[in-house]
Amino acid sequence: MSYAATHDQHDDHHGAPKSFFQRWCMSTNHKDIGTLYLVFALTMFFIGGSFAMGIRAELFKPGLQLMQPYFFNELTTMHALVMIFGAIMPAFVGLGNWMIPLMVGAPDMALPRMNNLSFWILPFAFILMLSTLFLPGGGPAGGWTMYPPLSLQSNSLAYVVFAIHLMGISSIMGAINIIATILNMRAPGMDLMKMPVFVWSWLITAFLLIAVMPALAGAVTMLLTDKYFGTNFFNPGGGGDPVLYQHIFWFFGHPEVYIMILPAFGIISEIVPTFARKPIFGYKAMVFAIACIAFLSFIVWAHHMFAVGLPLGAEIFFMYATMLISVPTGVKVFNWVATMWGGSMTFETPMLFSIAFIILFTIGGFSGLMMALVPADFQYHDTYFIVAHFHYVLVTGALFAIIAAAYYWMPKWTGNMYSEFWGKVHFWNSVIWVNVLFFPQHFLGLAGMPRRIPDYNVAFANFNMISSIGGFLFGASQLIFIGVLIHCVFFSKKKATDRVWEGAKGLEWTVPSPAPYHTFELPPVVRDEELAHGHVND
Amino acid sequence: MTSGSIRHHGIRRAFTTLTIGALALFGGAAQANPHSWQLNLTRGASTWSPVPYHLNNISLAVCTVIGLLVFGAMFVAMFRFRKSRGAVAEKWSHNTMVEVVWTTIPVLILITLAWLATTGVTSWADTTGSQMTVKVTGYQWKWRYDYVDYMGKPVAKVGFMSKLDQQSDDTRQLDSGMDPYAVKVGDENTYLLNVDKPLVVPVDTKIRFVITSGDVIHSWWVPATGWKIDAIPGIVNSAWANFTTPGTYRGQCAELCGQDHGFMPIVVVVKSKADFATWLAAQEAASGAPAAAPQTAQVAAPAPVPAGGQG
Repeated sequence: MSYAATHDQHDDHHGAPKSFFQRWCMSTNHKDIGTLYLVFALTMFFIGGSFAMGIRAELFKPGLQLMQPYFFNELTTMHALVMIFGAIMPAFVGLGNWMIPLMVGAPDMALPRMNNLSFWILPFAFILMLSTLFLPGGGPAGGWTMYPPLSLQSNSLAYVVFAIHLMGISSIMGAINIIATILNMRAPGMDLMKMPVFVWSWLITAFLLIAVMPALAGAVTMLLTDKYFGTNFFNPGGGGDPVLYQHIFWFFGHPEVYIMILPAFGIISEIVPTFARKPIFGYKAMVFAIACIAFLSFIVWAHHMFAVGLPLGAEIFFMYATMLISVPTGVKVFNWVATMWGGSMTFETPMLFSIAFIILFTIGGFSGLMMALVPADFQYHDTYFIVAHFHYVLVTGALFAIIAAAYYWMPKWTGNMYSEFWGKVHFWNSVIWVNVLFFPQHFLGLAGMPRRIPDYNVAFANFNMISSIGGFLFGASQLIFIGVLIHCVFFSKKKATDRVWEGAKGLEWTVPSPAPYHTFELPPVVRDEELAHGHVND
Repeated sequence: MTSGSIRHHGIRRAFTTLTIGALALFGGAAQANPHSWQLNLTRGASTWSPVPYHLNNISLAVCTVIGLLVFGAMFVAMFRFRKSRGAVAEKWSHNTMVEVVWTTIPVLILITLAWLATTGVTSWADTTGSQMTVKVTGYQWKWRYDYVDYMGKPVAKVGFMSKLDQQSDDTRQLDSGMDPYAVKVGDENTYLLNVDKPLVVPVDTKIRFVITSGDVIHSWWVPATGWKIDAIPGIVNSAWANFTTPGTYRGQCAELCGQDHGFMPIVVVVKSKADFATWLAAQEAASGAPAAAPQTAQVAAPAPVPAGGQG
């Protein structure tokens, strides 16, 4: 202590550094880094969203009105890459960074400097990737899946591959940090089977990340050497196989979609009990279901490839494995409903987004089950039916959960209550327009409209126009969210209590609002009745 | 761009087709090509194509029933157990019996669906006993069809390229000022769904398609067959179709294959066996003369096109 007393670093033990550069660029504080992740994700959400607006504008009516087809392909590719790697994943990492130490009673993440590095890689990775749009060769236009040989025709392949390597390194470091924190830094008494479901979901997600990001890195590296160093991994002319890439990619890609939804399951499992004022139904089943889904995610990858001409046995195996996933997923949905049953519910904005999540994610799950059936998938594959499906699970699934989490924890982060009225305005606009946007896409796909096309036959005109109108209004509705955020952070007069929500349980609600710069410097005492899932042994 | 008149025209057309479409949808009328306000899959026009159609309807029905039950329970809960109605939260958080039930019932439903789907895919995979073979090759951005054999006899030198028709191609150019609604064959709008030279096949014949690609991956999809399958360089995929009704069936490339992916449609004209025999004989006679430039040779990868370049 005598050392600290004579050293100007002493101040850091009480508050944030005053210098902007010191505070944000050199930060090792999990809350500041969490904020950085969230702000970054929000920025990327609007960049990726602007690409989506471009796509929907071109698809507003038949005929090309705004852009050349190649640029359209750049937009679809960049929209996906930015939304997946720039918006959804960093948003979950940001939420994990902020909340996991608070939820398990740890003073910070286990590896704070690596935490700084894993965030600060990301802006550079995305500047690199987005810069291709302004380079003479144009951006990547072969789809986010980057199937060869098409992706090898792109002049920006090296930029994108390097950017993906950086994102992968960032994700793996983030995942290591989360695992190290959860396994080593829990407060005494916070047993694994007493952890909040959100923490469980992130622990499992982190293992998925470590398992599959290297597979993606390997796949894109092979693309790079095929293009620039004369290898023939995927070139049939040299004895390679283009389908090999798809196997490796989807071995990453399917767990990846669970990386984007398991933390969302965790979030919903926190919010529903709070606003139902009732412990989560079947805590153990919830945890086991997440683990089950994570395991199954490794053995279903080829359901993305039913139309590549797999052997019959493989088609049947991957169909059965895929169908199995609906069992643990169904258990989760049933348990959320059972949590509400017999509760004492109120419907603040986080709860509204969570309820919309449960319904709309389940609709996405239903179409997922339908496309698991191989003969039906022969029709659905690569149509707008697929586009509708994965936007239901990713927008009304992952994104709605992230927004719900933002409303849920915003008072804890800022110390202020957001405007409930404008939060509800945001919710109702989002939930209505997102359905106008994506529901007609089911019909388009069933009627035979392929995905990733800039122009279409007039038979598809009506639903495309409806979908575009929904898209513009859904996009505009998100500006309300920005307004609510700015108001809450800077202008809100209503101070948040420590508990914030009447039914909120868990360690994160025992610290003051806003959460001080340092929390749990001394480990808290964990009392079972304080935990969201109540006594798990009964 | 006279967008006002186009929209008016489109909406009027939409309303007329709406009624027809709604009737066709569940009345089971064979409308194999996409039409305005179409809500469901086509039943198709081949012996196998009802399989995905029925599977789609059955699984949709199952999902709808489950959805109504689950969401219904949720809305009842949201109504009955509101704090504003004085509901007091109960304490229970576990019920083994209920959990076992709602794990078991989905498994039973899944087994039923899996059985139906397995039967379907098994029959799809059986290309034996085919009476005709057509080789399909995808290129950026057109298709090539080569007739390999018919009724056990090899077909000599019948093969041709099939690409987007001129009228669609002119109309689809950026700022062409042309109206997509004006691209018609008879009464049917064929914008982006018509080709210069369609694939011609006989009805009531089990046709084996062998499918590959000369450059990047494409996917050959005619919804009336009930399936699509990727055309992959270095790999020869196979699938079969047995058309039950003569007619013209339209489809599109279904795998992103570059800038003109949206502009390489597929048209299959199904003729009676007699008409087909006549057509094939004419093609064989025409190909007797040596072709000036063998079109098969064009496989060179096109130069990458810069952003904003002309398509």
